[in-house]
Order: sequence, then structure tokens, then C-alpha cells
Amino acid sequence: MKSDVVVKVEGVRKKFCRSLKRSLWYGMKDMAAEICGSTSPHNQLRSGEFWAVDDVSFELRRGECLGLIGRNGAGKTTLLKMLNGLIKPDAGRIEMRGRIGALIALGAGFNPILTGRENIYVNGSVLGLTKREIDEKIDEIVDFAEIRDFIDSPVQSYSSGMQARLGFAVASSLAPDLLMVDEVLAVGDVAFRMKCYRRILDMIRSGTGVILVSHSVVDLSRVCSRGAVMASGAMSFLGPLDSALLAYERLPNGQNGATNPSFRSLVKLGPVTQVGRPGRSPIECSTGDSITLRLHVHTEIKIRKARVLIHLDSARAGRLCSISTKKAGLEWNFLPGYSFVHLTIHEVPLLRGAYQLYFDLYGEKIDDYYGVCGPIEMIITGPPTDPFGFGAYHTLMLDLKWDLCRGEHNDSVTC
Amino acid sequence: MSALEENISSTPLGKDAWPEAAQVDRAQSELPITIYTPESPLRHPGKLIKEMLRDLLASRELAWRLFVRDFSAMYRQSIFGYLWAFLPPIAVTLTFSYLNRQSIINVAETPVPYPAFVMIGTLLWQTFFDSLNSPLKVVQNAKPMLAKINFPREALILSGLADVLFNFAIRLSLLIPVFLYYRISLTSSLLLVPVGVGGLILLGFALGMLITPVGLLYGDVVRAVALFGGFWMLLTPVVYPPPTSGLGALLANWNPVSPILLTCREWLTGQPPIHFGGFLLISAGSLIVLLVGWVLYRLSMPIIIERMGG
Repeated sequence: MKSDVVVKVEGVRKKFCRSLKRSLWYGMKDMAAEICGSTSPHNQLRSGEFWAVDDVSFELRRGECLGLIGRNGAGKTTLLKMLNGLIKPDAGRIEMRGRIGALIALGAGFNPILTGRENIYVNGSVLGLTKREIDEKIDEIVDFAEIRDFIDSPVQSYSSGMQARLGFAVASSLAPDLLMVDEVLAVGDVAFRMKCYRRILDMIRSGTGVILVSHSVVDLSRVCSRGAVMASGAMSFLGPLDSALLAYERLPNGQNGATNPSFRSLVKLGPVTQVGRPGRSPIECSTGDSITLRLHVHTEIKIRKARVLIHLDSARAGRLCSISTKKAGLEWNFLPGYSFVHLTIHEVPLLRGAYQLYFDLYGEKIDDYYGVCGPIEMIITGPPTDPFGFGAYHTLMLDLKWDLCRGEHNDSVTC
Repeated sequence: MSALEENISSTPLGKDAWPEAAQVDRAQSELPITIYTPESPLRHPGKLIKEMLRDLLASRELAWRLFVRDFSAMYRQSIFGYLWAFLPPIAVTLTFSYLNRQSIINVAETPVPYPAFVMIGTLLWQTFFDSLNSPLKVVQNAKPMLAKINFPREALILSGLADVLFNFAIRLSLLIPVFLYYRISLTSSLLLVPVGVGGLILLGFALGMLITPVGLLYGDVVRAVALFGGFWMLLTPVVYPPPTSGLGALLANWNPVSPILLTCREWLTGQPPIHFGGFLLISAGSLIVLLVGWVLYRLSMPIIIERMGG
């Protein structure tokens, strides 16, 4: 292992069982095997089991922050639990160097009846701090958590946000070589989250390797330099954060396009191509570009007064718009054979990221539905966005004009 | 939001601020290396023993914290507080003294007045039974913590031990008025009582550690222990002197608790320690069982955490 590598994960797998009864019984068997020092491989799935983490490999260096992204149940927490030594891998190998701090749950070990101060000592020693270390750090911890007025009240009177603040404050005073944070920052308010991320950034600068699990793309882009996408236990992408976020947003979300079954053999929508770009690769452009798309339609029946709809989706923001040809006052008839719908989008107002397009074909009446084409990837490749408030961020680019005016009172403004 | 804005503007983090070249001079080679593989730790017994000792040492401070936490939390939401620790032995003593005086039960001659005899026996039995239940109880209560934080697992057992010792100590104070009231003579053998109690606790923890892994997976174990505990106490010479013949004698002789409890009581009351041989034998056996149980506990913990989820 090279000296600046903090974590090295090689081909790690972990199986889980859905049924509780069976899971407990397998647990008994696993214990027996462990006690006998059995060498038989854990590589076979038993009935009812599945791979919760499937053949994951990666490396993390000092001062590097890896964002772990994936939908619920993709295996992120299981992977972190293995890294933290809570559970054993069923295959593969994990090697780590230095002190490990994991925030898999804020406030684990908090006793509701004890005061905040007492809990700091308990929690600190659970995380491996000695009494003297806690004595030295307690003021800093209390200040960071901003709970000085409540420090001698029982923790059960704290709000969940206050508990989260206290938990993070204790855990982050560990000064670990590797820090793992599992979605726990989501409970705090924005100001506190910013504070946490600043502390994480400080730790990264001082050489800590960080693994961060979050569903918040914004939060990840604040601190992470690299991203890993997990889907059904496997690591489907590992690379620069931007590309990882694109890969995450491109994960299928279950709703696949389908043609209305009764017209499946008669009407075929797609593919969609970008005029001026070869092949069937995803649609690509920069913010503000104008692009022209071509939708291929083949029909064996005549469709009168047809409506074509375009839908635009963002994995982050949901459906952004649905616009019909009827809006432009168009009434097209599709004749049997091939037709091509050309659609120009002027000055695409989307910021960098991945989006999905869908095309629907309808007839004259509301329920004359012929089919859908999509999702079609649409990637806005640039210009770069800025999550720290120095540029544009999130979904939409607006054409803005700002002015600064001076005035005596609220109502006497002179520009 | 002004504070927030201030926060942001005070750290202008453009993409160029990424700490890619975090040049930190740490003594890389001195950092401990942790390796996790699917292999059973039993394959490397030397390493396993070293880790067990290391974790045991590392867990003292945490064990103390956990004990203080449980202890101060337990009595904070209670009016009678510490009184609850005294009440069970008093209740048992009163019950059996009453039954004996009314001749509902017929207990053979005891070396000290019967109420004192019952109280001593109950105290000792209670300490054994607390020890037996302790490992499973502390680990069960720590489940949420176990599923999320990696800490030396030995700390839980040690905090349970501190709890057992503390409860024994406050119950022991009950004996002072009893010894004074019944004028039981104090002999030099009293000095051996800590050894005897150590034996009781050792046996309790040895058996407790053995049942802990299965008990964490299946709730049946806790119920079974609660049910059989009552019978077991009555089959052990706790509230009566050891029978010399019949089934009672057989049960008392083949009961691992008997020689230890009896030796303890003999030392407390200044009687000749006629069960000392059994005491040594059982204690040695308990020590071995305890070490085996410790290994089982360590090996089974990751498997149990995996099965009980987060």
C-alpha cells in the first residue's frame, strides 16, 4: 500500500438476507463456521440472499474526498459499515491506515436522561477520546454545537437539530486520518450544515481522507473531488465528481418509456437525434446554445390532428416542463410511412447537468394516446457552475439585469 | 441568513481551492494499519490474543463512562433511588423467615440464625445471577450503539462487571446491621470473602458470555434464563443448608454454583470451608469457559450486528 493511501478496498462483497427468520438462522450458521475457523468461501448466495455490496474496489488518498452516491438501498451504508469494521466482508479485502472516525449516526450513545455535558464525555469515550482529551476540547465542542445555554440540561429536551450539532461536534474533534460521514448532516439547518462542511474542508486540507454519503448533490459538490455511484450493490461509476453526478442522474429510475400497447405494432416513435451531431449519442450542448432535435416517427395508420409533447425532467428537480405542439397552434396529420419532427430549442436555459427528454404522441382527443419516446439523455456540458455563491448553480439560467439603487426611506427610491 | 453569508464569503472556495496537494507531514509508517477480510480470526490465534488484550486495556475508560452513564441514568428517574437495590434481598429474607417460623417449610439447623443465613445466601445468589445476566443485558441495551460505532466490545462487558460489583457492594452494607443484631462473630476468614465473591462473579460471567451470542439473535434465551433462574435458586442451597442425602444432595453436589456459594458463606460466617476443593475446581473451569466465551463473543459480534441491522 502506497504511503499516502488511507483506504484500499479490493473486490469487497457482502450478502444480505431479506427474510428475518432465515437471516437469524444463517447468522447461527455463520457463527458456527466462524468458530470452527472454517475456510469454506462465503462466496455462494444461499436461498433468499442477495449481494448488498457486490465486488466494490477503490482507493482513497490523504486529502481526498470521495462522494458516495446512489439511491436508497444501493449498499452505501453497508459499505461504510464494513469500512468501519462493524461487519465483516464476505469476500475481498479492506486495508486502512490510521485512526478512523465514522459518523454513521449522530448521537449514537446519547442517553436522553443525562445532560449534554455528561453525554459529551460518554460519546467522546465511545469514539476513543480519553477524559483528558475531552476536558481540553469540551469548550470547543460546546461552542461549535452552539448549545452553551443547554449544556447542563438533559439531552431529551434537545431538538433533533441540536442533537445532530452536538454529535457532529464531538465526532469531528477526533482528528481522524479517515472520516466517513453517512447522510447525518441532513438534519441540521443550512447555517449549521455550512459550518460542518467548512470543518470537513479543514480536515481534508490537513490530510484527512473523507468518504461522504449524501443524496444532496449540492452538498457533495461543496467538498468532494471524486464521486462513486453505487447501484444495486455494485459501484457503477468511479471518477471525477462532475462525471459521477452525471452518471447518478442517468441511473434509470424505473419508469421506462413504452408505446401504448394497442398501437405498438402500428406506431413507432424514435429515435431522437441532434441535428448537426452524428450518431445516436446523448444530446449535448452548453447553457444558452440553440439546438435542433429530430424525432423519427413511423406509423402505419393515419393520425389526424396529432399533438406532439416534449417533457423535460431533471433527476434533482423533477419534471421541469411539458409543452405541446398545440401551444404553438400547430395541427399536424401523420400519414402512413416515415415522418420527422424537427424541434428547435432557442437558448437552452439549463445549467450544467444531466436532464431527460420524453416525447409523447397524441391524437386529437385527450385520450388518443399513441406512444412515448424516452428517456433521452440531454447533457448540458458547461459552462461550469458554482455552488458557493460566486456564480450560477442548480437548474435554470435566467437572463438577469441587476441594479443598485439608493434611497432615504423604503418608499423614496431613486435609481 | 447574514451569518450564513458571512460564513460563505469568508471561505471563498473556488475549484482551485481543492486541497489536491495536501502536503501533510505525518509519520506515515507509524500509523496503525487495519485490515478486514472474510477470514476467521481463529486462523491467526496469536494476533487474536494480542488484539483481545489490546482492546481489553483500551476499553477501561469507556467501560467506566458507560457504567457511570447507566448508573446515573437509572436512579435519576426514580423516587426511591438506591433503595431499589436493597429491597429484593430484604423481601426474600422476610419471606423465608416467615415461612420457616410458621413451619410451612422445615429447614435444617443453620450455623447462624436463619434470617441472617437467608440474607447471606440471597445476597450471594443475587450476585451470581446478576453476573449471569449481565453480558447479555449490557450488549442488548447497546445494540443501537453497536450497529453504528466501532469501539472495543470488551467495554460493555466491563461496564456490566462494574455494575455487578457496585450492586454487590451496596447490598453488602445490609449485612452490617444483620451481623450486629445477631452478634455473628467476625473472623479472619472474612478476608477471603472477596476471593469467594470473585469466584461467583467469574462463574456467572463465564456462563453469561457463553449464552450471549445466541441470546442476541433469539429472544428465547432471555426468557429461558428468567424462567429457570427461579428453579435454579431453589435447587441450590441458598435458603437452606446443603442436604446430606437424597435427590437434594445429588442436585446440590452437581450444581456448579453450590461449592462456590457455600465456600463464600462459610468464609463469611467463619465456618470451616469444607467445600473449598469444589470451589477451586469450579473456579478453574470457569476461567477456561470465560476465555472461550470471550473469543466466541468477539467472533460473533460482527455477525450479530449484521443480522440485527441498524
